[in-house]
Formats: sequence, structure tokens, C-alpha cells
Amino acid sequence: MSSVQTDGSIRAADIIKELKRAGIRFVVAVPDRVTSERLLKPMLRDPDFRVVQVCKEDEGVSVCSGLHCTGHRSLLLIQYTGFLDSINALRAVAVEGQNPVCMMIGLLGKEPDVPPTGSRRYGLRIVEPILDAMGIEHDLIERFGDAAKIAPAIEHAYARSQPVALLVGREPV
Amino acid sequence: MMKRDECLKVLARHRGDEIMVPVYKAAQEWIHISPSDLNYTFTGAMGQGSSHALGLALGRPDKRVIVLDGDGSLLMNLGTLVTIATAAPKNLVHCVCENGTYETNGAVPLPGVGRFSFTAMARAAGYPKTYEFSDLEGWQREVGRILKEEGPILVTLKVEPGELYPEDFRRLYSVERREAFRQALQRG
Repeated sequence: MSSVQTDGSIRAADIIKELKRAGIRFVVAVPDRVTSERLLKPMLRDPDFRVVQVCKEDEGVSVCSGLHCTGHRSLLLIQYTGFLDSINALRAVAVEGQNPVCMMIGLLGKEPDVPPTGSRRYGLRIVEPILDAMGIEHDLIERFGDAAKIAPAIEHAYARSQPVALLVGREPV
Repeated sequence: MMKRDECLKVLARHRGDEIMVPVYKAAQEWIHISPSDLNYTFTGAMGQGSSHALGLALGRPDKRVIVLDGDGSLLMNLGTLVTIATAAPKNLVHCVCENGTYETNGAVPLPGVGRFSFTAMARAAGYPKTYEFSDLEGWQREVGRILKEEGPILVTLKVEPGELYPEDFRRLYSVERREAFRQALQRG
């Protein structure tokens, strides 16, 4: 973790470092304005990652599950709208199928330092209650220092063979 | 038009150590026609077979992966054609059993049946090779050669129901069998 603090926002470099520490080599992605500039584009240039661009997020749930069966760790990098669109695949493939699908979900439009359940946007308010109803563990990452949650969350997901959602509450710096 | 189980039996005679990813009716038949721990039937949600197969193919480029997709399934996930063509796994063969109906869900006809072509869609999406078979003789003659070609390849198989096989969705999605698959894959 870098000791340099900017405006209190989570740093993209710290996120990438933690993903590598967790053994993530495949990134399966649909672009999201919260993460495209500082995470996805650098990952596309980073030889340590193989980025698989999928057309729709539920494809990604299954690609990650296939990769898991071959012994590879992967990250599904998507927007919350894609998460909402993928609920049946997550239900069947990740939760019931006991596949450790590790999601990083951009909360586009979330107000800074407002919890998702307190957002003015209906689509954002329902994300955490849906994850709770599905029994999917989740954590909000948006502040400097939150990147330290990433590797343990991924390790825990693989240990339980269950999905996890890391909710990116603002664009990383 | 081929009987699906006869079509699958032809494929089984050419099977080596490939990973097979069959879905729905093809899966219910394949697990009896070619039982193996390398049968990956754990696709869960409709339409997802080829996406699981892509993950398997990218994770194990040394193993050939053959999907036995359904036409209703592929219609639910058409973007997969572009995704697979872009990722371009050389070890992936994408077969689509086209029967024109949602056979598992009451044999209701597909929308647009007879008016679209998966072969043409795959070609337009960027699959470098596509094939289409509607008679068993042609399939028997070509399957061995196709399975040795570099992928991704799409093969449309025009089929109709053949012999009835028992349905066992619990077996298809069994987590215990998925673990047996993982262990078999680790062994080779």
C-alpha cells in the first residue's frame, strides 16, 4: 500500500497491486465509466493480466467459472447495471454452483461518501440488499486504504468457493 | 436431418481426451453416450455453455474443448459469438444442435426458426471456420478432420429428437461431479 494520500479516494495503483497479490491473472470485463480509465485501460496494457472482453456480464460469470476449474484466478470487472442483468447466472453458476466468482462492480453515479443504500438512485440503493438476499458477501471500496480489503476478500471467496462483490464507490485516482 | 443421439454417437467415436461441455438435451444424452469425468455439465443457467467453455479453453490451451450448445441456448447468448471470435481460442470447437425448438421447455418453436443461420452469424462474428451438417453421412465423413483443425470453429448440426434418454438435472449440475472434473483435469 502506498503511503501517499491524495484526496481520500482509493488509488487505482493500490487496487491493481492488491489484485496481483491475490493471484488474479485473468480479468473478464465489460467497460464501466467508474473503472475504465484507471483500471481497465491500464490492465489492457499490463502484461501481468490477460483481459477477456465479454459482450455481456453474465457471459463473464461463466468464463470466470470455467477458468476456476482450470486452476486460474480471475476478476469480473463490471458496472452495477451489469450485475443486475446477471442475477440468474450468479444465482445458478456462482452461488448454487459454488464458484468463487470475484466481482469488482462500479457504482456509477453514487454520491461520494454516501452508502449505496442511501443513494438518491434507485438502481444503486438495491444493489446491497440484492447481494444480501443472494447470500453474496460484499464490501465497499472507495476510500484511501480500502484497497487492503481486496486480497483478503478474494482469498476468502476462494476458500469458501463462493462469489464475492467488491463495490467501487467512486472513480479511483 | 439427423437424430441427435446418432449424431452424438458419431462424435463419441472420435473422442479422445477432450473436455466436453454439453447443455440441456445434448447433455442428458451425452453423459450416457460418452461417460467421462471430463464431461463439464455444470453450466447452470441457459445460454451459458459456450461461455464456460471459453473459460476452460483459455485456462487449458493444451486441451481441446468441445461445446454441444443448443439453438435456444445460443439465442440467449448471441454475444458469445463475438466474444469467442475475439478471444480466438485455437482449442475450441463450438457445436450447435439446431432442432428449432425449446425442447426441454415443452418443445415450443424458437422465434424466427428457419429464417436465421448460426453458421452465417458465427462467420460474421469472426469465427475463422464454420461448418453445417444435416445428414449423418456427411458428419461421419468430416468430423474426424474438423476436430483436428485450429479453432475457434462453429459447427451447426441440424438434428431432431432420437431415442429418449432419462433427464437428470441434479446429476448435470452436481457440485461433487464438478470437483471430480477438476481433479480429472489436474491429472491431465
